[in-house]
Amino acid sequence: MADDMTPLPTVASAEADVALVTETKVRKFNINFGPQHPAAHGVLRLVLELDGEVVERVDPHIGLLHRGTEKLIEARTYLQNTPYFDRLDYVAPMNQEHAFVLAIEKMLGLAVPKRAQLIRVLFSEIGRILSHLLNVTTQAMDVGALTPPLWGFEQREKLMVFYERACGARLHANYFRPGGVHQDLPEALIADIDAWCVAFPNYMRDMDDLITGNRIFKQRNVDIGVVTRQEALDWGFSGVMVRGSGIAWDLRRNQPYECYDELEFDIPLGKNGDCYDRYLCRMEEMRQSVRIMRQCVAKLAETPGPVMTEDYKVVPPRRADMKRSMEALIHHFKLYTEGFHVPAGEVYACVEAPKGEFGVFLVADGSNKPYRCKIRAPGFHHLQSMDWMNRGHMLADVSAILGSLDIVFGEVDR
Amino acid sequence: MSIVTTERLAALAEQITAKAAGAVTGSTIAFGELNIEARADQIVPLLTLLKDDADFQFQQLIELCGVDYPERPLRFDVVYLLLSLTKNLRLRVKVQTDEDAAVPSVTGVYPNADWCERETFDMYGVFFSGHPDLRRILTDYGFHGHPLRKDFPMTGYVEVRYDDSLKRVVYEPVKITEYRAFDFLSPWEGAQYALPGDEKAKV
Repeated sequence: MADDMTPLPTVASAEADVALVTETKVRKFNINFGPQHPAAHGVLRLVLELDGEVVERVDPHIGLLHRGTEKLIEARTYLQNTPYFDRLDYVAPMNQEHAFVLAIEKMLGLAVPKRAQLIRVLFSEIGRILSHLLNVTTQAMDVGALTPPLWGFEQREKLMVFYERACGARLHANYFRPGGVHQDLPEALIADIDAWCVAFPNYMRDMDDLITGNRIFKQRNVDIGVVTRQEALDWGFSGVMVRGSGIAWDLRRNQPYECYDELEFDIPLGKNGDCYDRYLCRMEEMRQSVRIMRQCVAKLAETPGPVMTEDYKVVPPRRADMKRSMEALIHHFKLYTEGFHVPAGEVYACVEAPKGEFGVFLVADGSNKPYRCKIRAPGFHHLQSMDWMNRGHMLADVSAILGSLDIVFGEVDR
Repeated sequence: MSIVTTERLAALAEQITAKAAGAVTGSTIAFGELNIEARADQIVPLLTLLKDDADFQFQQLIELCGVDYPERPLRFDVVYLLLSLTKNLRLRVKVQTDEDAAVPSVTGVYPNADWCERETFDMYGVFFSGHPDLRRILTDYGFHGHPLRKDFPMTGYVEVRYDDSLKRVVYEPVKITEYRAFDFLSPWEGAQYALPGDEKAKV
């Protein structure tokens, strides 16, 4: 056997080959990160230029999940378009719908009943917890911990059951409608949400014990990805990304919509603007969201009434009315074929989504379809700062910084 | 939602028009929001003024996007949505352009305009002069056309599939024959065509 094999090169000949190449000290190389990488939080492709292990340049390639949402929206009626908003930031679907229905309501001049406002706020805060739970726990996973996501997903599952009980779908809700919400909540659901709100702080305490003081988690996040106040402003940051840098800016407080001005909550701010501060902000925001939810539940008990406006040119009539009233039947037919018309004009409506300012810039031409619908996704603006945030950091910090930006590709790529 | 009075917006519009010295061509207030129309070649000094002047302080560029009006000679609007955190105000600045004339890039004023301008270029084919790296951003590598233009078909021109014999992804012309575009606008109000039987009504 040994005779058949080609003889191995001797040490002397190997040295001779190497000597032909002049020796250099350059350690620079490019690597491709993603698009299928567990720490890429979806389909992100990063082209990294490294000097040894130090990142010199990051070029994010996005668009791998581009579905042409804005183009599709131009071909559908206003009512047919709300489901597209669930599919943007699919981690907190109802918050996206909220911005779209607010834009329509602003143009139509629709007033939303009090009970519908409370339900919207309640489910927006559920969405915020859904999103922060996913982000906080997967950020821990990005830096090496596996238990937090397993615990977090148990809580997320409970919240998604609330989604399902309210609207029939765990994820793609299509629950917020122009003029209110689709259906009223059952009494038992409100009671169960309240019970969950009582139990959740225990989970938060476990989570705190597990992550907040953890030595490895701190080593990987403290002083990593520092954003100064000026940088946060210049780069169009919003949400936790500005609050983590110590700027007191929250649309729920500064430009209140729905009934946020009647609710009590605190806005946590970071001091250093690093990944760890943003993590702490998200943890505290979850506690504040629970506080808001409990207030909503209490107010819902004393606020009976409709959950949709009574303007039947915009919202469908009740099923019982349709059995007896010809006019109601015609309204129903017209709404679900032609849809309602929105007066010509332009509006911008935004909400404090879990990831930052989520806005909809809507141009209407007076017909039953939007002429143009620009979706302002916070993640798009956060992701483009990957380049300067990562410069000078180690390769391993890329995933920590990416995790703290809270990116979901549904909204970045649209 | 609106917490800003119309009077305050009108005063702001006047102030901007006075300070911007010819860059502003008009302003409107609708739905409690202020729109400023500006000359495309003056957009950089105008936004610099709006960002740095103590009276305006629009620190953030919230969004930059295009809108297509194919029937206009200057078919594109480029819209800049600004936000002032200190004054708690929003402002919209619009400029007009066409397929050929480049709009000066505002990346020097608001760094996050970088990707927004790339997206507007990708979706509408609007050029931005002085942009550091005007590549496509959301569409596929090697994509042709600008999908958000009104004359771009909803289905696009090519479709992709994995070809098992070639062992790679292949691009082919779109095979779908009919796009389900229903006209739900009422036939009772302003139909432009004669309905069958209508001619008998006049007899």
